[in-house]
Amino acid sequence: MGKLIRFIPLILFIALGAILFRGLSLNPTELPSALIGKKFPEFSLTSVLNASQTMTTADFKPGIKLVNVWGTWCPSCRYEHNYLNTLSKTNRFTIYGLNYDDERKHAAKWLTELGNPYEFSAFDEEGKLSVNLGVYAAPETFVVDHNNIIRKRYAGPLNPQIWQNEFEPLIAQIEAEFLASTNNKGTQ
Amino acid sequence: MFNKYLVTALVAMVTLFSSLVLATPVDTYVFKDKVTEIRFNALNKELRCPKCQNQNLADSNSPIAADLRREVYDMLQQGKADMEIVDFMVSRYGEFVLYRPRVSSLTYLLWYGPAGLLFIGVIVVVIVLRRKPVKNAQKPLNHAQKEKLAQILKNK
Repeated sequence: MGKLIRFIPLILFIALGAILFRGLSLNPTELPSALIGKKFPEFSLTSVLNASQTMTTADFKPGIKLVNVWGTWCPSCRYEHNYLNTLSKTNRFTIYGLNYDDERKHAAKWLTELGNPYEFSAFDEEGKLSVNLGVYAAPETFVVDHNNIIRKRYAGPLNPQIWQNEFEPLIAQIEAEFLASTNNKGTQ
Repeated sequence: MFNKYLVTALVAMVTLFSSLVLATPVDTYVFKDKVTEIRFNALNKELRCPKCQNQNLADSNSPIAADLRREVYDMLQQGKADMEIVDFMVSRYGEFVLYRPRVSSLTYLLWYGPAGLLFIGVIVVVIVLRRKPVKNAQKPLNHAQKEKLAQILKNK
């Protein structure tokens, strides 16, 4: 016992060291979203391509939605744009854009030149919706399910590998949940 | 009379220069009263910029920090309480935006850990101090030692 007590400081030191060492390898920008499981915030913003058209959550099509936060000032958004164009060809979900802290003419030019993967892009000049979504950088992508509940937030550009690892399983899960819920309603 | 003007001018200059020094990113907000301005500055120091994580809202030049400062300003103008504004930020960006984490079961270790360690340290010191070292000088010699001593004295 007497001998063991001498090793307590060493054990404490090693334990603390292990915890702190693990902290070194964590990515501090990977923040958990405070909004997972909450309803997509209400908004009323004009469309990037049409300043006289006001978009709200009511303009979301039924089904799974991908809300992608982008800006022409953001290089990673350009990097992921091609892949978003590819993704938009599917009918499993609809992609919506949230244009953050940008200028309308730049944003419209971007969409005409690089292709438009979005059903519509909301023009969030003052960052009102972006703040409500807890956005802190672009690109960010939110997965919103059939009931407008936010299911996932991903910060960073998308590519096929990230899609396969991070999004595909969740999309499949939401599809299965939706199928189960409609089947239940059918049998009742 | 002249003195009064001089003092006013001095105060104005000091306020002007000090506000220039304090406001790193220059926002031109007009507050309804002095208290609101103080609360605005205090909140901006308490809230972390989500993009540049080692800066608070007051320090950061990033667009998101500017948006959040405007959000804080709008809410203050609407007459929201400090707690409401902090809750608003936490519900969107998580506990992470607070420079001073709230006391919760997750942060007990953080808040009370140092006091706990100090307490343990005090206990250890007290135990060490109270354990009286056995004084060799006062111990009577045992039989073998006595014989050895006698031997030494005899041989002398």
